[in-house]
Amino acid sequence: MSKPKVGFYWCASCGGCEEAVIDLAEDILPIVEAVDIVFWPVAMDFKRADVEALSDGELAVSFINGSVRSSEQYEMVGLLRAKSQLIVAFGSCAHLGGIPGLANMFDRKEMFEEIYLRLPSVNNDKRVMPAEEITVPEGKLTLPASWDTVKTLDQVIEVDYYLPGCPPPVDLIKEAVNAILSGELPPKGSVLAPDVALCEECPRRDSKPEELALKEFKRPHEIEIDPEKCLLAQGLLCLGPVTRKGCGASCVSVNMPCTGCMGPTGRVMDYGAKALSAIASSVDSKDEHEISAILDRIVDPVGTFYRYSLPASLLHRCYQQTASEDEGKEQ
Amino acid sequence: MSDNEASKEPFEPKIVAFFCNWCTYTAADLAGTARMVYAPNIRVVRIMCSGRLDPQFVLAAFRDGADGVLIGGCHPGDCHYQEGNYYALRRFTLLKKLLKSMGIEEARLRLEWIAASEGDKVKKVMNDMTEAVRELGPLRLEPRAYDLIQAQPAAEIEVTTSAQEVHHE
Repeated sequence: MSKPKVGFYWCASCGGCEEAVIDLAEDILPIVEAVDIVFWPVAMDFKRADVEALSDGELAVSFINGSVRSSEQYEMVGLLRAKSQLIVAFGSCAHLGGIPGLANMFDRKEMFEEIYLRLPSVNNDKRVMPAEEITVPEGKLTLPASWDTVKTLDQVIEVDYYLPGCPPPVDLIKEAVNAILSGELPPKGSVLAPDVALCEECPRRDSKPEELALKEFKRPHEIEIDPEKCLLAQGLLCLGPVTRKGCGASCVSVNMPCTGCMGPTGRVMDYGAKALSAIASSVDSKDEHEISAILDRIVDPVGTFYRYSLPASLLHRCYQQTASEDEGKEQ
Repeated sequence: MSDNEASKEPFEPKIVAFFCNWCTYTAADLAGTARMVYAPNIRVVRIMCSGRLDPQFVLAAFRDGADGVLIGGCHPGDCHYQEGNYYALRRFTLLKKLLKSMGIEEARLRLEWIAASEGDKVKKVMNDMTEAVRELGPLRLEPRAYDLIQAQPAAEIEVTTSAQEVHHE
């Protein structure tokens, strides 16, 4: 019997997920033994035509990282969906939208103007902007279209499994690959990580008070962090209570509060709303103005609570209820 | 607002109200038995305590078509469960801040303390909020996920010089 064929692809991502595959180190050798990697543009010279030449369902599994924000990515993931029996959304961006998903605070026009015209290091007197199509003496050239709204992978194609994390922890990758190879998979749609909050595996767990009562939120650079004590109890915005475990508590172990890259546990609809709820509930005040003053210390609630999950949130993006938005909607 | 004027039917906002069982819901009941007349735009969901209100419920209401969300609880100090309404206040405060930075107008989310005897306050708040939201117009959200996108038309970008001209230099 021939070896199962595997594909890797990246969309809007930083490359950290590809790095996570390399981080398997020598453990990648038995995997490479067991499968045929037939598509992995980052590591090897494959082209789109190689994928198109495959028959439908010929790939046993495709691991796709990155969120989807351009017509090119949309076409590629659609093609991979047709050619693959299983699609695994690999990493926070494919799973929930990730850091690139924070672009949903703006639209394409605002973003392009900022990047190509307004940034202090930009010198663009001719106001050149990316165009999707230009005609040059040699013929017509085209570029993929950027979208206004960044999407998660499962908002554009059907996804079978999710590997959470930014990037996914090596142990979870190994377990997932072994589960796929052995065919011992959980129900479709599962997140391939334990369905328990991070606090459960946190080394500071025993110092977490029964009830948190916070008078002030602090940022990591403002205090000398006690390396033993619960970070929330120290006033730091740690999202461990609402975030899925499986990362080995790597951030909290080095005095960095959890920012939530592993996403929510299974029953949560909207990660940010749940995180917000947990944090707001721990405020120790009954006075309207004092509560407001304490919570004002959270300067960027969207970036704090939806850092990795804005596109996956119930609202998906930021809205501008202004005249210009009306024009956009009428198109 | 231009949307309102353009469409034939006047805009009737949909408002979802989460009322606590012990105070605000009872007050709404009182308004009903007293045959008070108020805006029919509010759909009331009874919850045991305003402290039970998960911020997810509010977002889900907006997602499923609400133009506004009203939360009603007992006055501070009057909570049937001692402190539930303080939890509601804390979550509401932060949720409001979050919604503001996501471009959702502040008048679309409102928290009111309404005691069991305050039927007239229910009437006033419902009428006020309906008017305020009517003024804002419908809440239009990005289409729900899972509706497959069909080549989303990106907004045209106005530029003074196209890349083409630069290329020819």
